[in-house]
Amino acid sequence: MTSTEATRADVCALAVAECFRDDGEIMVSAMGTTPSLGARLAKSTFEPDLLMTDGFNLLLRRALPLGAKPSDDDVEGWMPFGAVFETLWWGRRHVMMGASQIDQFGNQNIACIGPWENPKAQLLGVRGAPGNTINHVTSYWVPNHNARAIVAKVDMVSGVGYDRAASLGPDGSRFHEIRRVVSNLGVFDFNTPDHRMRLVSLHPGVELQQVIDNTGFELVIPDGVDTTPVPTPEMIGVLRELDPQGYAQKEVVV
Amino acid sequence: MKDKRMTVEQAVAEVTDGMTIGIGGWGSRRKPMAFVRALVRKGVKDLTVVSYGGPDIGLLCATGQLRKAVYGFVSLDSIPLEPHFRKARQNGTLEAVELDEGMFLLGLRAAAQRLPFLPTRAGLGSDVLKINPHLRTVKSPYDDGEELVAVPALNVDVAFIHMNRADAAGNGQALGRDPYFDNLFCMAATKAFMSCEKVVSTEELVRGGPLQSLLINRMMVTGVVEAPGGAHFTECPPDYGRDEKFQREYAATAKDEEAWKAFRAKYLDVSEAEYQKAVAS
Repeated sequence: MTSTEATRADVCALAVAECFRDDGEIMVSAMGTTPSLGARLAKSTFEPDLLMTDGFNLLLRRALPLGAKPSDDDVEGWMPFGAVFETLWWGRRHVMMGASQIDQFGNQNIACIGPWENPKAQLLGVRGAPGNTINHVTSYWVPNHNARAIVAKVDMVSGVGYDRAASLGPDGSRFHEIRRVVSNLGVFDFNTPDHRMRLVSLHPGVELQQVIDNTGFELVIPDGVDTTPVPTPEMIGVLRELDPQGYAQKEVVV
Repeated sequence: MKDKRMTVEQAVAEVTDGMTIGIGGWGSRRKPMAFVRALVRKGVKDLTVVSYGGPDIGLLCATGQLRKAVYGFVSLDSIPLEPHFRKARQNGTLEAVELDEGMFLLGLRAAAQRLPFLPTRAGLGSDVLKINPHLRTVKSPYDDGEELVAVPALNVDVAFIHMNRADAAGNGQALGRDPYFDNLFCMAATKAFMSCEKVVSTEELVRGGPLQSLLINRMMVTGVVEAPGGAHFTECPPDYGRDEKFQREYAATAKDEEAWKAFRAKYLDVSEAEYQKAVAS
């Protein structure tokens, strides 16, 4: 990828990066290709104080290209799993996870499809999703927005959504925040009176009807939906440096 | 100091049908696979395994020795979904206790500290509480009165871990960049057995890495087994990385009964020495 014209994947990467704007000096854990690229874009441009790992246990002082091996000079600290748990319980973390299913209140499922007792498909298991979502800010990335992934009700609540958090009362829910969902079609949040998912912006070239048809519930659609910002030529240059192999271009379904 | 060296067979002799086994490492990383293979050879059954799960859980699912798994995830890392574990779950042949990864850590810590539980917010609002009706919440006794999940202690009968280096007395060294929670597995267990790439003198052990790498002390360990390649096919840095080709071969056997039989005959129904010879060729 040498073109300076923004692709859908570039727009998604910037939309991901925007999730981390003003996060400051906290750890970002971005799971998957486009989240990793977007978080690195944020760190390389407007959010340099973010702490990020190599995906394993090294904290890196600068954002490296996807797939690059860090050198000793790139390292600023150590973050083994034990420290990850302490950090997430401390709350100084913003995670962007994937979602096999996500529902209208932001409940996420990565555990299984079908009833948990007798799953049609066993997936990862809940992993850290319950603890992440109840302890610190969470965002989600959906590379292929469709009505099987964006559903009215998830099969198994791994990551906690707003209706579940509200049922815990003010104590239980005080650290819960689902900031945004970025998909290949648009950007969504939960800034509605009952925290139902709302369309924030459509990526350039995406029709509103396409989003409605591919969503398994009735989205809140405000008057005058925005278009997701397109990265500047300078940002596209940064994106090309951070993803020289074009992994994100392959991930995003157009 | 006692010389605790023994063979893998002597170590797994402590395991009987129906026991709860704790297995160290994480996913497909520094798993005590020589012990797991010895459990397969021994044929002990109705096991419960407590693990940050990888091919340890997968293999024991494939051989039908696992009755119950306690996990936060089961993954081969480079192959995100463990196919033998998936098959067992989807066929309904495995009892499962699925916890948040952090809850799992607190369960190990509670066991290590001889506490009945440790409190956490993790799990609140999620279906982890629904699928685990044995889990209870606890109300803070202080003015805040906050309701928290009481993660019960994950006590195990026997723990197995794999280190890079150890001495004969049971001091163990993890030279990779992540210690995982192997010390807690040992402390949560009635008996703990440690395999290692190489048994060295105590002097050599201490000189072999920073003091912080001495994760295991001899109080934690009942027996020490020298098992070069003992974490294969999972990674054991800096000694070796994951054997991705072998892992793919293992994963593929979940879809093909004949391939599984051949895999089992070649790699599992043989001694550890024959296994190491087979994978070296």
